[in-house]
Amino acid sequence: MTTRILATEFDYLKPATLEEALKILAEKENVRILAGGTDVIVKMKVAGMTCDYLMDIKGIDALDYAKLDDKGVFHIGALAKLSHLEKDPVIAERYPALKEAFHLMASISVRNMATMAGNFCNASPVADSVVPSICYNAVLTLASVRGERTVPVEKFFLAPGVTVMEKDEMLVDIALPQPEANSGDAFIKKTRVRPDIAKISVGARVIRDGEKACFCRIAMGAIAATPAYLEETSALFVGKKVTPELIAEVAAHASASIRPIDDNRTTAEYRVAIAEVLTKDALTEAWRNAGGEL
Amino acid sequence: MSNLLPLTLKVNGEEKTFLASPHASLLRVLRDNYYWDVKCGCEEGDCGTCTVLLDGKAVKSCITLAHNCAGHEVWTDKGLGYNDEITRMIQDAFVECGSIQCGFCTPGMIVAAKHYIDHGGIADRKEIRKAISGNLCRCTGYNKIVDAIYKVAVELGREVR
Amino acid sequence: MSKHDITLNVNGKKYELTVESNELLLNVLRERLYLTGSKYGCGIAECGACTILKDDESYFACMVPAVAADGWNITTVEGLADGDKLNPVQQAFIDNSAIQCGFCVPGMVVTSTALLRENPDPDEDFVKDYLRGNFCRCTGYVAMVKSVLDAAGKMKEAK
Repeated sequence: MTTRILATEFDYLKPATLEEALKILAEKENVRILAGGTDVIVKMKVAGMTCDYLMDIKGIDALDYAKLDDKGVFHIGALAKLSHLEKDPVIAERYPALKEAFHLMASISVRNMATMAGNFCNASPVADSVVPSICYNAVLTLASVRGERTVPVEKFFLAPGVTVMEKDEMLVDIALPQPEANSGDAFIKKTRVRPDIAKISVGARVIRDGEKACFCRIAMGAIAATPAYLEETSALFVGKKVTPELIAEVAAHASASIRPIDDNRTTAEYRVAIAEVLTKDALTEAWRNAGGEL
Repeated sequence: MSNLLPLTLKVNGEEKTFLASPHASLLRVLRDNYYWDVKCGCEEGDCGTCTVLLDGKAVKSCITLAHNCAGHEVWTDKGLGYNDEITRMIQDAFVECGSIQCGFCTPGMIVAAKHYIDHGGIADRKEIRKAISGNLCRCTGYNKIVDAIYKVAVELGREVR
Repeated sequence: MSKHDITLNVNGKKYELTVESNELLLNVLRERLYLTGSKYGCGIAECGACTILKDDESYFACMVPAVAADGWNITTVEGLADGDKLNPVQQAFIDNSAIQCGFCVPGMVVTSTALLRENPDPDEDFVKDYLRGNFCRCTGYVAMVKSVLDAAGKMKEAK
């Protein structure tokens, strides 16, 4: 194994349009998509990833966008780069937890190269841009020569590195619904040093209705085989007067309900202990951002 | 052989009486009595981490016989930092200039710098390097340490070269 | 394997090359264009020793297949100075004793140059955060952060 060169061999293809790209995916075997390359090239160097065709989609300008549609839904195209999204004013205003996640990812040079769609398709259990997207009820559009279909983000991931995408499909759009009034969110990530991948991360979003929450989504990274939506834990927060005691109860439930593993970043013990702390912190911050008091 | 004899001397402004064996070094006596800012590096007079002031002059405490210091005055980096403005200036300059990485050479380095300044040290990088030539640093490459001492010399209005 | 004719605009000069599909930009820059300023450190986009600019943005050259860089405007560390006149970041690194072994320095000054193009008036926290993808084993970073702030100050004065 060497990281000095790319030891694997492949043909390089660069389609000019999405149509061309989808045709290649349909007609050829063993195609890898190259956008920023910050996961694919690394995996080719150290994790034995191979392909017969490396398909560079950076020529498809139509996929580089981040914009609101006329229904107030924010669409992020497959080629939108993390560093550009990090500076997007709409994301800053409407999806601050996502902006926070972007900012904490890797380093500036990686973010200048990498795409949000790539972070999704790499399907790491600790994908930082996925965790807040779960809280925002993101919807993904997958395209192929057979047409398009949509998948809610919490149904997209199957296992580490594995998504529901068929061999001929490509993720083309990530849609974030318009946040409701009185909604608040937070994202917290724990690492060894700043540019590291997270040991554990928590995203939380709530919608406040008076002194209660009428909606809550808590998501976590690095505690399961995929980024996880803690559905049961989130439901505990809804419909009750929000107090520090309720937050503590929900945080304890989060910690008790997860089954993390030991890995090269940290231990299951750490994850279980810190899940409670981060859930408490994230819920508190989200509640305050929703205009709630404690 | 542990015939401990009383040893009275001034350390960091206070008169102290320690029990020390005749062959103990000043370094060992200081560290045995909790003056842990004085570091033990090579213990053979090379590295300079043990540097303290003895009657106003920088000495290597690891090769100084403790009982020879009876009735004399010793100052360590920490004691000087609490009591001496020039040392405080040096300490601040070290922090500002990024002259501290692991920190192990720092107390001895600061005392050496204090000696240099007290003995008319000027803002001249070559002279400064001579003054700290008895203090080894494994981390910083010395440049920033020289920067800090130079800065203090300039602030004190010494000749600038 | 496929071969591709590409054009790279590096430091204002146009290079036309034929590259294999799996050749990496860092190796093309170093071994074929003899621009050895950009270093091979980790090879997996973590240490920052290979940092170059694509237009005004910092990129890791070890992570880019050369064929994917066709048509790019690339600046390497060799392209920062104006003849004999070092750019303000380079000069500040020297003035502030921010160089020990020097291996990380090309990546550091390239990233710092991008930083100041993006934000000409950074504070210490911004600089520390921006440089988190450039690792230095020697200096402890303090003087490097100071250098960037120093360069920012001098560039503002010059205006």
